[in-house]
Amino acid sequence: MALLDKHVILEKNATLLLIFSFLVVTVGGIVEIAPLFYLENTIEKVEGVRPYTPLELAGRNIYIREGCYVCHSQMIRPMRDEVERYGHYSLAAESMYDHPFQWGSKRTGPDLARVGGRYSDEWHVDHLTNPQSVVPESVMPKYGFLLDNVITPESTYIRDMVATNRFVGVPYTDEQMAAIEADFWSQADPDGNVYEDSDPDALVERYPGAQTRNFDGRPEVTEMDALIAYLQVLGTMVDFSTFEPVASR
Amino acid sequence: MSKKAKNQVGTTGHVWDGDLEELNNPLPRWWLWIFYATIVFAIGYTILYPAWPLPGGETPGLLHKSTRADVAAEIARFKAMNAEIEAKLASADLTTIKDDPELYSYALQSGAATFATYCSQCHGSGAAGAKGYPNLLDNDWLWGGTIEDVAYTIRHGVRNNDDEDARYSQMPAFGKDEILSEEEIDQVVNYVRSLSGLPDVDPALAEAGATVFADNCAACHGEDGKGDRAQGAPNLTDAIWLYGSDFDTIKHNVENGPFGVMPAWGMNPNFDDARINAVAAYVHSLGGGE
Repeated sequence: MALLDKHVILEKNATLLLIFSFLVVTVGGIVEIAPLFYLENTIEKVEGVRPYTPLELAGRNIYIREGCYVCHSQMIRPMRDEVERYGHYSLAAESMYDHPFQWGSKRTGPDLARVGGRYSDEWHVDHLTNPQSVVPESVMPKYGFLLDNVITPESTYIRDMVATNRFVGVPYTDEQMAAIEADFWSQADPDGNVYEDSDPDALVERYPGAQTRNFDGRPEVTEMDALIAYLQVLGTMVDFSTFEPVASR
Repeated sequence: MSKKAKNQVGTTGHVWDGDLEELNNPLPRWWLWIFYATIVFAIGYTILYPAWPLPGGETPGLLHKSTRADVAAEIARFKAMNAEIEAKLASADLTTIKDDPELYSYALQSGAATFATYCSQCHGSGAAGAKGYPNLLDNDWLWGGTIEDVAYTIRHGVRNNDDEDARYSQMPAFGKDEILSEEEIDQVVNYVRSLSGLPDVDPALAEAGATVFADNCAACHGEDGKGDRAQGAPNLTDAIWLYGSDFDTIKHNVENGPFGVMPAWGMNPNFDDARINAVAAYVHSLGGGE
């Protein structure tokens, strides 16, 4: 106990105490911070995951604004019942461009990680307008007002949104950055009803697999378009028919 | 807590204000041992389970525990348990499936579970449907109610772009595309309502509507309005209305042409032949099966 009795020296010498406190905190800090530099290694490389299109990103913002995450998670856990119900368990790479991510474990409603393509656009419009009309036992609120909220790239600050996402590490290319407004319109208005220079093919070239159509059936581009565009892409980027999970994970 | 005298436990040796001393009571043994035990547990855990992230990936741990492998193994275990009957179900002749009670009961159970996961969102958890989503409990079928018709509809879906064998038909948008005038539409809506004996029909308009119907609607819905399952054209003479029977709803549909879509479940990677047959058997058993 002789060494331990020497703590009096530290306690009575402010400078020494400061130096040793710093050393202790440094050790703890290294243990917690150093692994973050290997974070890239912990995300499995998966083909197909791409940044969100401007319209999908706008829809994602509506999803967050309306608090959808309060009842819906986007994380299928590796358990048999979840895989049987929702599909392949979620991979880290699938949410690597999510800022903030939408993982969670509290589900008042079902998990939405793979809701993309599962329902028709018409169903989504019906369901978001009046959930009880298709699912009588549902407790979900009505979001019909989304149909009335006409949006533009300016009203959704989509250029700032994409730029911010790029700033925090989402790899939007210069080409994608240059075409934000055009891509925003082209996805929900491929026929050029509102935006004359609509070019859905160029959008799909920039964002492989992007779905371009009038999502809500209304001529204007509305918040409903954006939200459904986002919902329809969820979980569809990775082709699981060719995906081989790394066994060690 | 027992109050021991200071000469029993000693003091820390610190003295403030001349006589203020600090007793050196030891930590309770139970607390201390649990604390030591957690440290031992943590060390053991990092050795046995995946723990430290390293440049080449995390340490795997001696047990090589992997939730991914676990879930794959569990799914494989259930698959293996059901493999025999699933194979039988996949190749079963649907028309005679009821003759094999064991297979039929398995198909109903499996079909009910699948229905709850994939079908109930539109057709309702009790299969009673909703506006625009057909009721599967009644015997009014758009595309046919035999078990094989039902299986075909499940496999290929309706009016989707994914499967070229999908059941497909499209009612013209008589109003939007200006095929009929507003007056003609009013007439034909009155006529259609008269077919199933709905109230508040204007007899004069309905009579004029009969001609409009014969010229424009009878090709699909039939001369008598009883529909045509080959084209998914609903029977207009019964009391069952997919979108509603009020004047405005029928008029809206004549003007715009409804276009209900159902996914092609055969294209879904989670659906194999056995699963489609199971859902077909279940839906067929609900009451309206032919």
